[in-house]
Amino acid sequence: MAKKNKSKITKKKTEIMGSLKKLGTQIYDQLDSGVFPTISMPSRSTENINYDPNLRQYILGEKTVTRSARNIRHVKPFTQLAWAALFSNELTFHRKTSTLRDVYYSAQAYNMTFKNQQESNNIITDLETATGHSREDFHIFPEERSAVFGDLTIGYTVPGYEGKTLNLSSHPDGVLIGPALTSSEFVKTSANKVIAIEKGGLFTRFIEEKVHSKHNSILVLTAGQAPRQTRYFLRRLHDELKIPVYIFTDGDPWGMHIAMVIISGSANAAHLRNLNTPDAKWSGVWASDIVKYKLPSDPLDEVDIKRLHELQRDPRYQGDPLWRKEIKTFLKIKRKAEQEAFSRYGLTYIVDEYLPTKLKQTS
Amino acid sequence: MSQASFQEISASDFFYRNRDIAGFTNPSRAIFAAIRELVENSLDAAESLKISPDIYVRLSSEGKESKDAQVYRLRVEDNGSGIQPRFIPSAFGQVLYGSKYKLKQMRGTFGLGGKMAVLYGQIMTHKPATIISSTGQAKIYSFKLMIDIQRNRPIIMDRKVFINKEKWRGTIVEFYIEGDYLRAMPKILEYFKQTAMVNPYANLTFVDPKGRLYRFNRVTTEMPEPPKETLPHPYGVDVELLQRLIYVTKQKNLLEFLKNHFHRVGDITAKKFLEFSGLSPSKRPKKLSHEEIVILVQNLKKFKEFRPPDASCLSPLGQDLLKAGIMKELKPEYIVVNQRKPSTYAGHPFIIEMGIAYGGEIPRRNSFQIYRFANKIPLLYDEASDVSYKVINAINWRRYKVSPDMPIAIVVHICSTKVPYKTVGKEFISDRPEVRREVANALREISRKIQHFMSKREHVNRERKRISIFAKYLPRIAEFSTSLAGKEKRPDIKKLIASVRKYGKEE
Ligand SMILES: Nc1ncnc2c1ncn2[C@@H]1O[C@H](COP(=O)(O)OP(=O)(O)OP(=O)(O)O)[C@@H](O)[C@H]1O
Ligand SMILES: [Mg+2]
Repeated sequence: MAKKNKSKITKKKTEIMGSLKKLGTQIYDQLDSGVFPTISMPSRSTENINYDPNLRQYILGEKTVTRSARNIRHVKPFTQLAWAALFSNELTFHRKTSTLRDVYYSAQAYNMTFKNQQESNNIITDLETATGHSREDFHIFPEERSAVFGDLTIGYTVPGYEGKTLNLSSHPDGVLIGPALTSSEFVKTSANKVIAIEKGGLFTRFIEEKVHSKHNSILVLTAGQAPRQTRYFLRRLHDELKIPVYIFTDGDPWGMHIAMVIISGSANAAHLRNLNTPDAKWSGVWASDIVKYKLPSDPLDEVDIKRLHELQRDPRYQGDPLWRKEIKTFLKIKRKAEQEAFSRYGLTYIVDEYLPTKLKQTS
Repeated sequence: MSQASFQEISASDFFYRNRDIAGFTNPSRAIFAAIRELVENSLDAAESLKISPDIYVRLSSEGKESKDAQVYRLRVEDNGSGIQPRFIPSAFGQVLYGSKYKLKQMRGTFGLGGKMAVLYGQIMTHKPATIISSTGQAKIYSFKLMIDIQRNRPIIMDRKVFINKEKWRGTIVEFYIEGDYLRAMPKILEYFKQTAMVNPYANLTFVDPKGRLYRFNRVTTEMPEPPKETLPHPYGVDVELLQRLIYVTKQKNLLEFLKNHFHRVGDITAKKFLEFSGLSPSKRPKKLSHEEIVILVQNLKKFKEFRPPDASCLSPLGQDLLKAGIMKELKPEYIVVNQRKPSTYAGHPFIIEMGIAYGGEIPRRNSFQIYRFANKIPLLYDEASDVSYKVINAINWRRYKVSPDMPIAIVVHICSTKVPYKTVGKEFISDRPEVRREVANALREISRKIQHFMSKREHVNRERKRISIFAKYLPRIAEFSTSLAGKEKRPDIKKLIASVRKYGKEE
């Protein structure tokens, strides 16, 4: 199995470097024949982002945009894109990883400047769109770190660690979901489900309460809105281990949407695939749980209500009737509850009572 | 009730009592006003002979008089016409005595300025003034004078005659004055700077009490055409003036009277006018009744066919000199000037000249710097009361791509045989519709040009910036794509960069 992986990894590397080189050659050839170079890519403007009910995620439509170095407004981002491609090529070639923040600062070493982090992030998104690869393929990762805990043995593929393995239950704080982890191979697991948790407090509680062994689960901390690599990791867990994914969030519109992005993806990543897990389930906390379990709750704020109305119109919420039902309940009871609210029933209630019920309910 | 007692006072006494109306308000203002009056007399004296003026002013400290007033000796030397000796005592010792009560543009008008300076000095220090002058002939005359204020007469303390070996021509005025130079200094220096601006053909030198030397050098020897004396225009005549003319005239009939005493009235116009007003051409002017005089004046104002006054009695700077003056004192990046055609108010001809200067050494403030001049005199006080200030501030500058925080100076110059000053102090121009209109027209003219300049500048800047962006990024694209494509040789992009320059517009 390891050998097969190795060739798969080199193949991927060759493919990625190939598409970067293709981009570079295209620009080079245009310049060499004395014309202003252009790059075409799918448009990421809102009117070109559509929800695909079959793929169950947002995708980009047919429209393309062309960046031309002839255009005064394009020439700078064009240059930045060419640089980002070269930088990514170097990262991929040397199998070095970098973060979005790194990209921003590295640019300065090449005498390229980005106005701010946002500008450099946008260029990386352009590069993703133009090449069809995600930035993680180019070894560029965001700063946000989430974690995983559970009985899963992984085999590293990062340079210097090839052949080494790690069991993800070996460290009680959980293991950081970073590039080394997301690029690793899954070797062995006894888990039959994945539980994704929004908040660090609850994640720690679950580990302490041994939810992983009681429920044969791999625990994933999303730390708020799940970073792309975490969403990619969840997808891999689901697809490669063929086990269901359950998501536990706060009982409010924001928590609900964290689950939705894991399930159906985000508009921001419409140009990419495999970042969402369409079969994952939102297991709680639902609005109806607030009523049913008499959870200590707070009134919804104005922004919460506004957000609920927005979500009501969002195409992603049109599939499973659960979503609309819960939105309605939120709007009716006008209250929200945090995961921590379960402590009123004692520290173990959520693990011993609520969790099994909800897992059953949503499987 | 006690009987009212009556008293007559002389002109000098009047101005002694009311010296503030002539600008001699307080010690700091007085020292400024004295310098100004004498410098203006000197400029007039040089210009009347079309001589490039060389004026030397020295203010030296003569010790402290009181806590905030000092005594200074003021000396002003010029290379002007000089004064014939028989006129010197009255010219400097008799209020309302002068050579400039004529219909032509001069700085001096009232026959007052020089005397006010001498009079102010005299009442503060009780010292005589010294006037040395020569018209360039064989002799130089020197007078020591005081003014008999009550009788408005010069008192000659001393008179000397020297042989003029060097054929020197000019006038030196020296007297003592009390004042506060330190407080007056900013205005005095500003006065010299602005005088230099509007008299670019003059050399001005000022040595202040601390011994500091300020020099304003001429940048040209070109001088404006001196004004020609003119006759009163019919529109500007009132009953009093008409009576005076009738009193002095030697003409035997109205037709000749009109032709000889009025500006631009010829045979045809005179005949038409007399028919219009129902007066006989052969009538003897001195036989006109009072009623007839009133009718004549009324008709002079009503008759539409008098030709407008010509401007030979005016001596504007002209666009080139105005430009040279602004350039020399403000050192801007760009200047545009405009001279309006002659116009009239109440029968008095006048010309408005204006300029706008941008950038260079003009400082940025949050309002435009306005420089006001009348008959080549800077007006330094009461800016906000001046008609041009109102016109300038009424304009919608955004239309002209100009905003008050830009480094912009606006120069207004009005020339007239009778500058419509609001006060004797010659500080600001009153708001007369004709004057306002001409200022507005001139301003519109130069504003349009500055707008053009601003647009062009904006365009050039944008273009320069645009090209620099391509020149900056295209080589980088070449560099990155060469590495990425794994090539050795960089593509040649010189042509591409050149093409950006060639097509004016961006895609
Ligand atoms: N430096 C000079 N050179 C030649 N003549 C002079 C000089 N200074 C004064 N005069 C003569 O003396 C006269 C009186 O000067 P003064 O300054 O008192 O009045 P003004 O210049 O006629 O009018 P204003 O009151 O407006 O200054 C002048 O009209 C001029 O003939
Ligand atoms: Mg004078």
